[in-house]
Amino acid sequence: MQASSNPAAVEVTSLSKEFGGFAAVKNVSFRLRRGEVLGFLGPNGAGKSTTMKIITGYLRPTRGSVRVSGRDLERSPIEAKRQIGYLPEGAPAYAEMSAHTFLEFVARVRGFGRREGRRRAQAAIERANLGDVVHQPIETLSKGFKRRVGVAQAILHDPPILVLDEPTDGLDPNQKHEMRGLIRQMASDKAILISTHILEEVGAVCDRALIIARGRLVFDGTREQLARLSERHNAVKISFDSEIAPNYPVALRALDGVADVLADADRAELTVIAAGGRCIIQQVSRLVQRENWPLKSLYVESVQLDDVFRDITRSRPGAGAETSS
Amino acid sequence: MTPVGAVFRRELATYFSTPVAYVFIVIFLVLAGVFTFYIGGLYERGQADLQPFFTFHPWLYLFLIPALSMRLWAEERKNGTLELLLTLPLSVTAAVVGKFLAAWVFTGIALALTFPVWLTVNYLGTVDNPVVVLSYLGSFLMAGAYLAVGACISAFTANQVIAFVVSFTLCLVFVLAGFPLVMDALQGWAPQALVDAVRNMSFLSHFEAITRGVIDLRDVIFFLSFIACWLFANGVAVEMKKSE
Repeated sequence: MQASSNPAAVEVTSLSKEFGGFAAVKNVSFRLRRGEVLGFLGPNGAGKSTTMKIITGYLRPTRGSVRVSGRDLERSPIEAKRQIGYLPEGAPAYAEMSAHTFLEFVARVRGFGRREGRRRAQAAIERANLGDVVHQPIETLSKGFKRRVGVAQAILHDPPILVLDEPTDGLDPNQKHEMRGLIRQMASDKAILISTHILEEVGAVCDRALIIARGRLVFDGTREQLARLSERHNAVKISFDSEIAPNYPVALRALDGVADVLADADRAELTVIAAGGRCIIQQVSRLVQRENWPLKSLYVESVQLDDVFRDITRSRPGAGAETSS
Repeated sequence: MTPVGAVFRRELATYFSTPVAYVFIVIFLVLAGVFTFYIGGLYERGQADLQPFFTFHPWLYLFLIPALSMRLWAEERKNGTLELLLTLPLSVTAAVVGKFLAAWVFTGIALALTFPVWLTVNYLGTVDNPVVVLSYLGSFLMAGAYLAVGACISAFTANQVIAFVVSFTLCLVFVLAGFPLVMDALQGWAPQALVDAVRNMSFLSHFEAITRGVIDLRDVIFFLSFIACWLFANGVAVEMKKSE
């Protein structure tokens, strides 16, 4: 996590957006700093895209404020838009234009002269690895290339802030890997906000994650902090060579820091749940050795982030945001 | 380059990179010719003027211009490029003006390509050329008025067919304002001020005044302010419809 002296590139305060009575975003606050990749997660329709549309100046919030590089977005929208590179959901682009003329158009709207615009377009093409397809109409490109055109458009002016709405959606695994590499590469000197509904992306590219559900921010923290929310955090899985004797669970339950023991008789497995996510593997392994149980394997179960995600996006409608910063 | 210039150039280039421009120009020229020579009877009148040519412009524009303007905003909204455009550092006004100017210049190009008609009449007799120039200018202004209505309506919907039909109908009202069809519908219940206002909105009467060669600044101001009002409404519509 970045030093807190680092001023926020984007500061969102008590943001709410209603569409004709329907509250799409409710009282969302967070900060994004330079050098940080912030993952914006949530089920479809949770309010991720709406929040991004507000930050990039497309939609006006019903309540709350957004500051971009310290300036109020509402008061100086054009200035804010200069600071931001934005990939809207679905990477829209003018279909009949070629990637090259499209990028030159974006460069011109962004106020670059002919020569500088051309240079910027070329640099963005190289960065986004568009290669040979730049002179084909965008409508003829594959989904992966279209997405890259959208990214090229967003990074063309080398903005300090990048807002990417589902940059890896619809890409094949290789393209995803490439896109993440590109994002990581740019992360050092930019503030990046990416939305996704793929949890693995949090570990792969993000320093921190925000989770939004039904318009509310339900989590703000690191991947580690997210894993700790799982009741199975630091749970120990033991499997045996023979059947589980009835005294095993009893002995395990008696250990300090053990909350519960779940038995799977068919597979001769026990799962020892740690109280409050404490580290209990040492106690467990000592017990197993002392009692000389017929051990096959013993390990700390890796947390299924999917389960945590499901838990906090479903069951905690009223919960406030957990803040780490 | 200013953002208006960038939007203008992109839009104008788009017309010519798709078949739209060629289809529009060919149909416009063919119809203008047919109306002028067959229905208008340019030869038969035995007069060396372009009256039969210009008389049909309001009716040509009536369906050709909504066809041109229907995509201006509806297409952007449907494809999601509106979000892209409006998150670039340019104002809604710049986008509205850039798009409108591109479409207007495009119709200007189509109009300018009717010059053979002018040449023909000049070959056949002595023409009052200043009146012709003025008529062209009047026709161009009127085309702008149609376009402004069409652009505004296009901003209200993501459906181009709806944009076309509504623009066509509205333009028809403005062409026919002052005619019994529209006047009778208003007379009797609407206040006199409104009836007069509608009568003064007629494209036809303002256009005919210009084509007669009478230079009245009021006709020019009518078209320019009409365009400005509809473009203002266009900007409001774009802002309003963003959140849907």
